[in-house]
Amino acid sequence: MAATPAGGVQAEHQAALDEGRFLIQRCAECARHVYFPRELCPHCGATALAWVEPQGGGTVHAVTTVRRKADAGGDINVSLIDLDEGVRLMSRVEGVPPSDVRIGQRVRARVVAGLVVFDLEGAVR
Amino acid sequence: MTAALRGRVAIAGAATFGCGEAPGFTDIELLARAAHAAVADAGLTMRDIDGITTASASATMWPLPVIEYLGIRPTFVDGTMLGGSSFIAHLMQSMLALQAGLCNAILVCYGSAQRSASFGRREIVAARRFLDPQPYEMPYEPFLPASAYALAASRHMHEFGTTRRQLAAVAVAARAWAQHNPEAFMREPLTIDDVLASRLVSDPLTVRDCCLVTDGAGAFVLVRSERARDLPTRPVYVLGNATTVWNRQISSMPDLTITAASESGVRAFAMAGLAPKDIDVVQLYDAFTINTLLFLEDLGFCKKGEAGPFVESGAIAPGGSLPVNTNGGGLSCVHPGMYGVFALIEAVRQLRGECGERQVQGARTALAHGNGGTLASQSTAVLGTGDTL
Repeated sequence: MAATPAGGVQAEHQAALDEGRFLIQRCAECARHVYFPRELCPHCGATALAWVEPQGGGTVHAVTTVRRKADAGGDINVSLIDLDEGVRLMSRVEGVPPSDVRIGQRVRARVVAGLVVFDLEGAVR
Repeated sequence: MTAALRGRVAIAGAATFGCGEAPGFTDIELLARAAHAAVADAGLTMRDIDGITTASASATMWPLPVIEYLGIRPTFVDGTMLGGSSFIAHLMQSMLALQAGLCNAILVCYGSAQRSASFGRREIVAARRFLDPQPYEMPYEPFLPASAYALAASRHMHEFGTTRRQLAAVAVAARAWAQHNPEAFMREPLTIDDVLASRLVSDPLTVRDCCLVTDGAGAFVLVRSERARDLPTRPVYVLGNATTVWNRQISSMPDLTITAASESGVRAFAMAGLAPKDIDVVQLYDAFTINTLLFLEDLGFCKKGEAGPFVESGAIAPGGSLPVNTNGGGLSCVHPGMYGVFALIEAVRQLRGECGERQVQGARTALAHGNGGTLASQSTAVLGTGDTL
């Protein structure tokens, strides 16, 4: 359950992240997981969406390196990650150079500064 | 259902203005010049225009200033904004309005001084964060739109073995066509190795895999087909049109290698009673090189996953089996923020036989496909000459 009922689901989702917890939704009607957070289920239209904590495991589905000058922060990874619960999100894989992030790699979610990022599975931090 | 609309409306006039660099012009000034030229091309005057459709990437109420500027009193107004596909998507509401008798002559128009404007990309990106937020993508700092297309390209490469050389071949073919088009902005020779050696923007896309940033305006005039036959210009008939939107964000796209063009194409072809094999010349919204591959597949010109080898064989370049983006496309001809209207105008010019040394001889049918957002909105038009009715 969301820590702070703070209005709409976007605010609830962010409030949880700000406390270090990553939440996705699950529809009680059709039993499918939902992300990004919605007020109604995009699969069946029901409003019976409840917060659940994902297991945290996922797979890199698509990958790019955004090329930036060093003074603009340098190159960064942007990936689409498929969570094991069956939802996809944009994020980044940290702890390795962007060029080492590849489609199919297993990754694990971590919340840092109110944002969901991923590490390669088995990476030591 | 929509088949009843097949061929009932014609494009009676079309024009571009200020393509490339038009320093000192505003968006609406460029638009007005193209609009006037398109109306004159149709053998009409501004007083004859009683319907208008237009869209802007920055002004949310854009039909208002355009109507004011042109001094018209339209009985039909549409400002549907779906991104770059908008001006092809406007065909359907225009056809319905003309058939319902809401109006008699519709001006579809667009203009942008994106290249020369002082309010640049950086300011627009900053403003959009507030006006049109994407809170689940922007925190990760993708370089949009390029990174979204790069993500789709990574997936196409992974699933089908598509290579960077094959992506580059799209840009090389576009440039080869541009070299036959005096209006094209970039006409210097370009090789696959040139593309591969150019600066990476968002892997695997280099700056030469990305469309131009130019100025430019385009406009065309739609009338009922009976009337078009009495006007001076050879009519180009709208045989089919369909628009599909499934998502907005790349992270919400159901399958990164199958765009909504796979549905808009089927519906547009069904309305036209034609198939991909019947099309003589193809204009695809090539915001990035991966677009051309995806749309060749999704519109049925190639099987899924086979567009890379098809393009690398030279098939879409001048002299190839399927003429694609004969003006040079968004990659080498013109891309002022939104390209859809220019894809459609090039299809019209080909069917009117006005394309000089890039003319596809005997072209009777054309497909123009528009894309909007980050592979989000898709609109397909099938056009034909009088003998396709």
